[in-house]
This record gives sequence, structure tokens and C-alpha cells, in this order.
Amino acid sequence: MPESNELIDSLVSALLSIDRLAVKTVLSRAGNGLNHMQLIEELVVPAMERIGDEWSAGNVSLSQVYMSGRICEEFAGPSGYPESASRKEQPKIACAVLEDHHSLGKKIVCAFLRAAGFVITDYGQGLSVDDLVRRTIKDEIAVLMISALMLPSALKVKKVRQRLDEEDYKIKVVVGGAPFLFDGELWKDVGADAMGKNASEAIEIMEALAGEAV
Amino acid sequence: MTDAPRTSLQRVFTTLGHKEPDRVPLFLLLTMHGAKELGLTIREYFSKAENVVEGQLRMLRKYRNDCIYSFFYAPVEVEAWGVEVLYMEDGPPNSSAPFIRRSEDIKGLPPPGVKDAECLVKVLNAQKMLKAEVGDTVPIIGVVMSPFSLPVMQMGFDKYIELMYEQPELFWLLMQVNEEFCVQWANAQLEAGATAICYFDPVSSTTVIPREMYLKTGFQIAKKTIARIKGPTATHMASGRCLPILSDIAETGTAVVGVSVLEDLAAIKAVCRGKLTVMGNLNGIEMRRWTPELSERVVKEAIAKAGQGGGFILSDNHGEIPWQVPEEVLLSISEAVHKWGQYPLEWLKDVQ
Repeated sequence: MPESNELIDSLVSALLSIDRLAVKTVLSRAGNGLNHMQLIEELVVPAMERIGDEWSAGNVSLSQVYMSGRICEEFAGPSGYPESASRKEQPKIACAVLEDHHSLGKKIVCAFLRAAGFVITDYGQGLSVDDLVRRTIKDEIAVLMISALMLPSALKVKKVRQRLDEEDYKIKVVVGGAPFLFDGELWKDVGADAMGKNASEAIEIMEALAGEAV
Repeated sequence: MTDAPRTSLQRVFTTLGHKEPDRVPLFLLLTMHGAKELGLTIREYFSKAENVVEGQLRMLRKYRNDCIYSFFYAPVEVEAWGVEVLYMEDGPPNSSAPFIRRSEDIKGLPPPGVKDAECLVKVLNAQKMLKAEVGDTVPIIGVVMSPFSLPVMQMGFDKYIELMYEQPELFWLLMQVNEEFCVQWANAQLEAGATAICYFDPVSSTTVIPREMYLKTGFQIAKKTIARIKGPTATHMASGRCLPILSDIAETGTAVVGVSVLEDLAAIKAVCRGKLTVMGNLNGIEMRRWTPELSERVVKEAIAKAGQGGGFILSDNHGEIPWQVPEEVLLSISEAVHKWGQYPLEWLKDVQ
């Protein structure tokens, strides 16, 4: 494979330009001698992580992050990303949006995590606290990710945590979304175990939590 | 030389002219707090124009505010297109599932008539009553979603981003429909008594799209739409970043820009000086747990960064203060701007 940093740079640039043809070209250049999963792990994931970090720094836009995730999902093919050899041991993970219908953040995070080899159950959006708690316990979820755009929805995470504690259900709750970015203390107020500032941070958090939660 | 305005409206017009009035104007953009004033639920409060009128007048006096905010809630526009509005006990009414399910639905989509939509007529009635109460003493701020930002509620954020990048023809068709609606809605509000229109355009923010995309889309749409609105406009980014596009925004014909706490107010003011009045940028999410001392410190810092020379309105950074922000914090913000916002800002010499 040509110098991998140079390829990652080229892939980031192609993704941010929403240029599918350029993405394909970069991946073909890199593809010699690498299987599909290696390409994802060595090229696609580092590129997506860099894009996530650049978004946090204000250097790239949400539309570019979303479209990058989508193009990478297309590359993974109709059956999604193949199971990663390095992720054989992973907790059961679910993601959801409480109360409202703003699902963009959840979709971006899911795309990034799937690209990184995690298997995610998507509960969708507009869920009530009761509904989310019931499904989480029934499915024996070990890590629950909750995305919020509105402050009232973010504050409802506290109720989810309380209800899960009342049921004596052991789980890691991870939150993300605008209210948590504007108030760095909010995730602690609502009883979450972690907060991701962007989709690439979600990968780091999930890697750290995976060991604890399995 | 400092002018000596007698009314909030004069104070605001002076600062819009990039001159120092008697004091930094305060725009506490309060909506749901009116329900607290009247002891009503949020749903009850917005059910009648009379409630909003009473709520706004009480808050004007209580917080010594410099504007009336005649905004009801963001999904009022898609409600006019038939979308159900979901009420919450502790937050702004929200839109339910988008009504454009497939991008093909955009073809043949007619804009609703403003005068035929009960929810919009209610807002217009509130503006008429408010105008009768305050006359030309206090600016009444009307609100529209920009044609470019409305599709987030019409079709969902993800589908809209895909449309923008992948189906330009349908994108521009939707913009045409939305522009007609936006112009009609803005001008109806001005006719009803609004002094100015706040043009909410968060999708144009560099938080959401890159500048190159903005120049091809949101910028062109804003220029065309704002030119057809028969009154002054303030462009608001609803917490989104805009420093890299401030000079572009100034070319859209708008007079004011609502800016984010994520960017440095001094840097923003440096670009806007003499071109755009800066409105912002208090952090509404953090505000719910501010102490009076912290409120005073934050207000003082904002005035220090952007107050000199006028062209500045102190406000929150989102365009709506959350329900969870207590009255004591709002009173302390008001107190701080009345204390530290008196022109000329002599105290700044000591700081500098």
C-alpha cells in the first residue's frame, strides 16, 4: 500500500468534497494486497476519525460529516460492514433519540461506529422514557447511546438513568448532541457515564467502554 | 457624541446605525416564559393570541427588555403545511414527523396561504394587538424560517442534506416554493405590526455547511428573499458558527446577525464593525445554572468585547431562552446590562 498517511489525507479530502469517484480512486490505489476489512480499519476509520475531530474544531461542517459517513457506508456494501476481527468481543450496543425526531446526530454516530466494526441496534427516534427503558432491558443492552438536539430531551436522560437504576439494571449510558456541547457539565447532571463531542470521540468512548461492559 | 434615546425603539435604531445610544440594548428572546407569567401550560399559553400579548407585555416590564418577541414556536410554519405540533411540558413545541417523505413529493407542492392558516393568523393577531399596545416605543420582532432552513422540518435534516448534494433540481424547486411562502409570511407580519423580521437561517451556518456550499445556496437564497421583505431583517444562526461567512452575510442585505457563543465575540465584532449589528451571544443552555455573579461577569465580558461604537445588541445565542432558565437569572442579566451597558463605556478604560 502507498504511504498510508498520504492515502488517508487523500481520502479525507475526497470525502469532504463529497466526491464519490475520488473516494473510489483512493480506495483502489490502496487496495492492492489489502482485504476489505483491512481497508476499512487502516484507511476508512482513521479518515472518519479525522473528519470527526475537524468538525469539533469547527473546520468542517455537519453536512460533510454526514455525507462522509454515508459514502463510507455505501463502500461497505448492502450488507454493511463485515464483522471486524478486532471486535469479536463487544457489548450489546443500542442508540436512540428521546422524545423528538431530530435523528441526524444519531445517524452520523451510527455510521462512524459501524465503520469501526461495532454492531449497533438502532431504536430510532421519538421514543418515550418508558419505551426506551423497556426495550433496553428486554434486549439486554450493555451500552445505551442517547442523542439529543433539544435541551428538554437531553434532560430526560436523567429519567432514563433513574428508571434503569430502579430496575437495578447495570448499563453504561453515553450521550451526545448540541445541548451537551454547549454545557460541558450537563452529561454529569443527567447521570451519563460519558459524553461524545463528535462521532470519532464516540469510537474512542466505545472502545474504552467495550472492555468494561463485555 | 452619545445620543439620548427616550424609547427602546430609538435605542435600537441608534445602535443599528453603528452609533452609541444611551445603553446597550437588551433583547431577552423569551417565548415560553410568558406561560409561567400567566400560570398556564405551554400548550394553553400558545392557544390564544391574547395570552402571548399579555405574557410579552408583562415580560417587557419585568425584565426592562428592549423588544417584544412575537415568535410563538419554530414549527408554526410547518403547522401551516399540515404538520402536527407536539407540545411538551418543559420545552418549545416540536414538529412531528416530516411531511415530505420522498424527494419526489416536492413536485407540485403548493405553499400554504398565510391568511388561510389558523396558526399563522393567531401570530398576526398577536402582533396587531402588541402594536396597538406599544406603538412606536418598542420594536416588535417577527420571525421567519429562511427558505433554506425550513426543509429541516419539512423533510428531516438527513434527507435534506442528501437533497442538497444529490438532487439539485428538486432542491431548487423546493427553494422556490419556500421563498414564496417566506416572503408572504414575513410581509404579513410587517403589515400586522412587526418592526423587523428575524430571518432564522441555521443551515447557512458553517457548523452545518461549508462556505463554498453556502455561497452557491443559502447566500443566493438569502439575497433574493431578503430583498423582497419589506422591512429590516436580522439574520440568526441559532447557535451555529458564522465567522467565516460574516462578510458574505453582510452582502445579503440584512442589518443584524445573531451569533454563537462558540465563536469569539471580539473577532466577530471586528469583522462586523460598521457593516452588521452583532446580536448575541449568551449561552442559553448554561444559563439555567448561572448565579447572579456569573450573569454579571458574562454580560460585562460580552459588552467589553462588542459594545464599543454601538452596533451591538445583548441577547442569547440561540434566539430562544430555554424554559429551564429561572427568573432570577433573567433579572440578573437585565440588571447587569443596565449597570455595565451605559454609554460611553468609561469602565472599559480601567479594564484595558
